[in-house]
Amino acid sequence: MAQDMQFANPKVGMEPAVPQDKIKVEINKLNFYYGASQALKEVSLPLYDRKVTAFIGPSGCGKSTLLRVLNRIYELYPGQRAEGEVMLDGKNILVKPNDVNILRANVGMVFQKPTPFPMTIFENVAFGIRLYEKLGKREMQERVEQALTRASLWNEVKDKLNESGLSLSGGQQQRLCIARSIATKPEVILLDEPCSALDPISTAKIEELIDELATDYTIVIVTHNMQQAARVSQLTAFMYLGTLVEFGNTEEMFTAPKDQRTMDYITGRFG
Amino acid sequence: MTQASSLYTGRRLRNQAFKLLSIIAALIGIGWLVLILSTLLINGIAAIKPSLFFEITPPPGEMGGLANAIVGSLIMVVLAVIVGTPIGIMTGTYLAEYGRHTKLAYILRSLNDILLSAPSIVIGLFIYTALVMSTGHFSAYAGIVSLAVIVIPVVVRTTENMLLLVPNSLREAAAALGAPSAYVIRHVTWKSARAGIITGVLLAVARISGETAPLLFTSLNNSFWSLDLSEPMASLPVVIFQFAMSPYEAWHELAWGGALIITVAVLGVSILARLLGAERK
Ligand SMILES: Nc1ncnc2c1ncn2[C@@H]1O[C@H](COP(=O)(O)OP(=O)(O)OP(=O)(O)O)[C@@H](O)[C@H]1O
Ligand SMILES: [Mg+2]
Repeated sequence: MAQDMQFANPKVGMEPAVPQDKIKVEINKLNFYYGASQALKEVSLPLYDRKVTAFIGPSGCGKSTLLRVLNRIYELYPGQRAEGEVMLDGKNILVKPNDVNILRANVGMVFQKPTPFPMTIFENVAFGIRLYEKLGKREMQERVEQALTRASLWNEVKDKLNESGLSLSGGQQQRLCIARSIATKPEVILLDEPCSALDPISTAKIEELIDELATDYTIVIVTHNMQQAARVSQLTAFMYLGTLVEFGNTEEMFTAPKDQRTMDYITGRFG
Repeated sequence: MTQASSLYTGRRLRNQAFKLLSIIAALIGIGWLVLILSTLLINGIAAIKPSLFFEITPPPGEMGGLANAIVGSLIMVVLAVIVGTPIGIMTGTYLAEYGRHTKLAYILRSLNDILLSAPSIVIGLFIYTALVMSTGHFSAYAGIVSLAVIVIPVVVRTTENMLLLVPNSLREAAAALGAPSAYVIRHVTWKSARAGIITGVLLAVARISGETAPLLFTSLNNSFWSLDLSEPMASLPVVIFQFAMSPYEAWHELAWGGALIITVAVLGVSILARLLGAERK
């Protein structure tokens, strides 16, 4: 039934961008407040299952804020609150009785700066698995190897799994964080500028990984790099000053944007 | 031009004078330290012999050692740390992780700061009223409690500060994997702040090792060999205090020996704390 929903946003056009796909997350009239100041205004958009959606827009427009609502991580800070609906598989995750920890186990997040935990590489990846699964030693080793392989880090670390995660380079640390996020097998993965601290080679590796992950997961990526958005995403949302200006097929958006502000932004006239 | 150069000469003179004053001040400060340490070394080393560690405190005028005082100090310091550390760490954790901006945390933090700077003799007096007067006798228990009361605010303060240094991004990353807050604290936040928290505990050890005032009111002294915590117990600072004030030469020597032992121990603990602190960076 969620498939038939029309977008509330007038700029979005009448037909869903990729109509044949299932909607994984439906964001509906979302407002977000940091204390008294409003950071998101009436944002509505769908996230399609097994598709990569890119959030683009000038700095401070609310991309990270929107991402942080999707796993309710903002709740760590008193004074931040969200109003509206975020339907994940048809259930509103903003309604309190939902267990926020289980939600977060299902909606993984990778941050802009790598955040390895002060423990071994192995333990970093096992950390999330341990929270919700009781695995034997062998199974755990397999899962860790699997996750590191998918994050294309396995070959670089297989001989030093017992060294500290902090001993890796920035790019390796970021891939470790990605491995950590996918190890728990979430359904949705949120990436907040995951490549901003990385060299072109690591960036390429992560983009490849995103492509591959999109076969199983619903992915959202925030990026300031227009080429990256064009390369990795099928859908793009352009945000400006806390509102969603335009959402649609990435290719269409980059070739024929409907809104003047989108046009200005992607051609580099502001932001 | 002449005016400018006279300005310059004046400034240069003041500069030199200022530098000279700083050097003199530094020499005076360090001079005292050198004087204290050298006196301690000269008198203390003469007292260091096997009997110091194996014999108990002697009656007036006789030879003996400090074995009971050393063991008493060790017992009371270790137990005080065992009692005070968990309370301190949990309180510091509440302040940094759960309370942070709450009114209760603000009040607790202020109270802790008062406790941190409270003269130890006041703490001793309080425990004296609470535990010694009520039970009717001095005991090692009372000594341990008063030392623990000194440990707690030190550990609370360092734990809170060290936890505040842990970046929020780390907590977010752990929470984003679905870890409940208690799990995040135990497995990520504490781990990141570990070296700093241990440094705080070591500083507390150094602080209580030389405390005399609170023990005078509580564990008092014991010239016999005793491991009974409900009895009075000898400790190095109190024995030093008693022996140094006495008119007996043999007791003076023991007091110097004890002073050297405490100084070396405290120095060792402080160096360890520093090394840990350096490792953190
Ligand atoms: N913790 C906070 N407290 C108060 N205001 C905040 C906080 N974090 C963000 N904001 C505000 O909310 C708005 C959106 O911020 P957000 O971080 O979502 O932007 P962004 O699109 O991710 O920007 P960037 O591209 O620079 O990362 C900004 O105006 C910002 O100042
Ligand atoms: Mg951001």
